[in-house]
Amino acid sequence: MNKNITFTIDGKKCIAKQDQNIVEAAEDNGIYIPTLCHLKGIIPSGSCRICNIKSNGRFMTACTTKVQEGMVIENNTEEIDELRKIIIETLFVSGNHYCPSCEKSGNCILQALAYKHRIMIPRFAYTFEVKQVDATSPKIYLERNRCVLCKRCVRSIKTKDNKNYFAIEGRGYTSQIILDKKLALNMSDEEAQIAMKNCPVGCILKKEKGYIEAIGTRKYDKIEIGTEIEIEA
Amino acid sequence: MSKKITIDPVTRVEGHGKVTIYLDEDNNVKESRLHIVEFRGFERFIQGRPYWEAPVLVQRLCGICPVSHHLAAAKAIDVIVGAGTGDGLTPTADKMRRLMHYGQIFQSHVLHFFHLASPDLLFGLDAVPEIRNIIGIAKENKHLAVMGIMMRKYGQEIIKATSGKKIHGTGAIPGGINKHLTITERDSFLNGKEGQNIDQMIAWSIEALDFLKEYHKNNKSFIDTFASFPSNHLSIVRDDGAMDLYHGKIRAVDTNGKVVINGIDYQNYTDIIVEGVKKWTYMKFPYLKDLGKEKGWYRVGPLARMNTCDFIPSELAQKEFEVFKHYTKGKPNNSTMHYHWARLIEVLHAAEMMKELLNDPDILTGELVIKGKKQYEGVGVIEAPRGTLFHHYKIDNNDQITMANLIVSTTNNNDPMNMAVNAAAKEMMNGQAQITEPMMNAVEVAIRAYDPCLSCATHALGQMPLELTLKDINNNIIDKKRT
Repeated sequence: MNKNITFTIDGKKCIAKQDQNIVEAAEDNGIYIPTLCHLKGIIPSGSCRICNIKSNGRFMTACTTKVQEGMVIENNTEEIDELRKIIIETLFVSGNHYCPSCEKSGNCILQALAYKHRIMIPRFAYTFEVKQVDATSPKIYLERNRCVLCKRCVRSIKTKDNKNYFAIEGRGYTSQIILDKKLALNMSDEEAQIAMKNCPVGCILKKEKGYIEAIGTRKYDKIEIGTEIEIEA
Repeated sequence: MSKKITIDPVTRVEGHGKVTIYLDEDNNVKESRLHIVEFRGFERFIQGRPYWEAPVLVQRLCGICPVSHHLAAAKAIDVIVGAGTGDGLTPTADKMRRLMHYGQIFQSHVLHFFHLASPDLLFGLDAVPEIRNIIGIAKENKHLAVMGIMMRKYGQEIIKATSGKKIHGTGAIPGGINKHLTITERDSFLNGKEGQNIDQMIAWSIEALDFLKEYHKNNKSFIDTFASFPSNHLSIVRDDGAMDLYHGKIRAVDTNGKVVINGIDYQNYTDIIVEGVKKWTYMKFPYLKDLGKEKGWYRVGPLARMNTCDFIPSELAQKEFEVFKHYTKGKPNNSTMHYHWARLIEVLHAAEMMKELLNDPDILTGELVIKGKKQYEGVGVIEAPRGTLFHHYKIDNNDQITMANLIVSTTNNNDPMNMAVNAAAKEMMNGQAQITEPMMNAVEVAIRAYDPCLSCATHALGQMPLELTLKDINNNIIDKKRT
């Protein structure tokens, strides 16, 4: 029997369905918890840590934690805000993100989060790692300089017989996203378009088309990320 | 003992520049050089990038006329996506791009004339730097300053409406454009209040021209002869010989007006233009292959365009063009300071073209993009505010750029600017042992007439970027001054 769960976020009384994760339960109650690697409809991985919230004095990732009856959640506090800023800044310095010429600009979640968290310049030194782009597949230009290793593509873009187009190669510091070259030969335009859309940054680019959305009409040109959740509530 | 005067830096826009003037034992000018001392590297680091990124990435090499680079790159990429060589786009895309371009020409020329050049005309070469700027203009002639600011604003708003942003927009995409103009935007540009409408822009363009012509009448000798020299002139023109700043074929005339190059498709520009290099500067020296290195250098920009085209296809600008041509009895005009005159005629032409385009319904509806069979090489050429601008790209099978060659307007004017600096230095410095403020400004005025990106900072408020150093042959500093 489905039973509603009651809990609070920053003191606000909320109601959730059973088995809902905290991110989605918060959203249903008009509260935005920032996410980057989380994508609705696929199994969460909790890898980016941006959705960190605090409950019972412990930090936990809101996308991988199911909401519990009577849970008291802290989301919008100075401490958590600072933690999220640090994570966003480390993502910027560990990649080579040049927003001015990136075609994902305006639709990029990382950029939108940086604006939301008022990040002007990272406090950490840039690593300027040398990353190789992979343009060898017919439909996708893989711009690894911008990859944040969120694995949204790995988890969400699959062939009709459920094979992964994307995978992570290497370990730790040398990890990088790769595209199965054989499978990529048969990737459809639609799949390539969805892959680009699901990528939260400008790493996966569908070839031969760029900057189609005019400035002013892009997703985050009009409203700050998360605002739509708060407005809809 | 021979000496060397160094002006360093002249600017910081297209990288830093400096001028070196060599004096002989009698303090007479032997030679002058305009050096571009900073390496940018755009042609190298664009390699490996996807071709559709070029119009957005490469425009970042300039903050003054990014629209020109945006459109020249877009035209080159149009060829690569099989959308033709500049004239194959949909009417909407072609007209929106033209509107963007004329907005750019308008605002850039206005910026140059009112903010950078007019202080020299209003206050003279020997005025103190404290008043030789736009604030000085505002105090002396408020109407002129307001006019300059409001005209520039109008051009910038046109750019924003067509490309998405006033600086570094994304409007032009391979094979077309990514937006229409809205009816609200169109109506605002046509009938906006407080001076922000197209008829006011046309009226102010005429007023600016009248201001310059009046100044010319009272300073004929200076305007006609200062830093002047004969040269070839080059631009693109429409097939019927009309001025067309967006698209055309290459034409060049020599110093006597003889057409030496005509009807050349710019896809083949390497057949007629060679880029020379010299050890003392990063800026190349283009010249016409047929005329050779010594005689083949040429001028580009407003003055050159007046000398290459047969007529201007807008009513009021054509009348001014006729006055301009009549002044030299139909012969090519080689007066460096007449760049200002030519520039203001183009301001009027740009305003008239904007009005025509704003009244065209194609900018409100219609197909935005077309594509055809992919090519692996493309050249885009446009008449930027400062002159002819070449973008040339090659791509590989993976859609990555493998080669980029840019010949920017300022590069085309490299030899002429060196000539102008030399002429100004000879006029002002021959026999002089010490550097004076008017001497320094005279050199700047000669460079500034070309409106290179170098000129952008020379009337900056606060700390001025121009530094002159007088050195003896052993490199010892004798005299050093900053403007």
